[in-house]
Amino acid sequence: MKKTNLFAAIGGACVLALSIVFVAADHIDAPAVAGTTTDIADLYAFEGDNPNNTVLIATLQGPLTPGTVTENAAFDEDVLIEFNIDNTGDFVEDLVIQAIKRGDSMYFFGPAQPAQTGLSSEIATFAGYTAVKISTTDDVQTATNNGMSFFAGPRRDAFYFDFNRFNEVVSGSAAPDGFFPPGTADDFFDELNVLAVAVEVPNSMLGSAPPHVGELVGLTGLPAAYNVWVSAKRKQ
Amino acid sequence: MKIYKFKLVCIAICATLLFVQCDDDENGNVIVQETCDDGIQNGDEEGIDCGGSACEPCIDEIDFSGTYVQEDIMGRPGVNTVFSGADNVKNMFNTSLVSDRMSFQATFEETLEDYHDIYGDALGITIDYETNILGLDAPTFTTVLAQFDALQVAPNGQTTYYDPGTGVVLTGRTLADDVINISLTLMFGGTSGTRFDGNNGTPQLTSDGVDSGDRDFTLPFPYLETPITQ
Repeated sequence: MKKTNLFAAIGGACVLALSIVFVAADHIDAPAVAGTTTDIADLYAFEGDNPNNTVLIATLQGPLTPGTVTENAAFDEDVLIEFNIDNTGDFVEDLVIQAIKRGDSMYFFGPAQPAQTGLSSEIATFAGYTAVKISTTDDVQTATNNGMSFFAGPRRDAFYFDFNRFNEVVSGSAAPDGFFPPGTADDFFDELNVLAVAVEVPNSMLGSAPPHVGELVGLTGLPAAYNVWVSAKRKQ
Repeated sequence: MKIYKFKLVCIAICATLLFVQCDDDENGNVIVQETCDDGIQNGDEEGIDCGGSACEPCIDEIDFSGTYVQEDIMGRPGVNTVFSGADNVKNMFNTSLVSDRMSFQATFEETLEDYHDIYGDALGITIDYETNILGLDAPTFTTVLAQFDALQVAPNGQTTYYDPGTGVVLTGRTLADDVINISLTLMFGGTSGTRFDGNNGTPQLTSDGVDSGDRDFTLPFPYLETPITQ
């Protein structure tokens, strides 16, 4: 019920903001996925505590209010969460790390070269897998295998943003002032949760990184870098 | 005397625990009661640590078949929500290939200029996007956003969306990175990065005024905090 209320509130804010509305990083980003189990909230990719590793984190189904909404939030067995890694610079995935729920566990496959690239995927059952029990709000489960670490479950949303003021800024109702100053501004996501999937993977499993894409537009001095994105795909 | 009694009690407790918790397997080794992570097939398990009444199903019994089709996708933060504008474009973006986004560039550039018009109209002047702090003019900036929408992740060196301290940019995205202020600065900061920063009578468009608050970004894997439970 709380989620419904929150969603209604967000919907109301959207109406107020007329046609131009932004909703967070990718939370509730488009009508077709808003409020569904494929709705991606955020993607993070950074060096792990072990500097030879890269951490990939996707968050979904946000925002979740604390309490029963968070406790009842669940991954969908029909939704494949796929980290895509382009290590050649053509923005086509060369490797994928896939996560899908079965029972009370999240099964991770890869990194592996996918059988097919693009909008449709099959689960890379030919690749090695690791299962980790899906964590709850008070029971944190992680798994390690072959140098990788795995997690799936609810977490506090790390994303911070004055979402309400942003809608006013882009709708024009905040013009000409713009955003509020620190102290007046309000972090909409401060006390909200998301469902998270996290993988830490040795860079040695990801291949060599291609030249940074910024070089294509004249940005110089940038290090070689993978191109990484996350997709949520539903079983047909 | 007290010590002697204490020892007896300890022995009794330990013996009780031993008999309750331990069992002999077929090899005569004393093992802990069968579990789903002891590396052997025991109890009513159908494989090593799988199947049966207590454990997860064995992998070859789980159905992983089928075709899964893309409904949502994300590279850099905010790209679809900020630049696509109309609902149908947002839906199209989510079901498009990263390598096939050329058609979105014009829409993104139009949206970028629309945002400037809002404040130009309010101030009674003409305001257009100005080449940003990375040196990207409007067509190039929106091309980067539309056609190269992925996080660039460097395996060697600092990973950050932008670290004003080190100047490193577009090598990843950490939990702590203030991606909103970075994005706003690239959109509204102009060549200086401070074009519309709220000073000198300008609108505040380069910062949303919030930071990460009391969030803790120093945790070990999985790096994210436990959920808010209140």
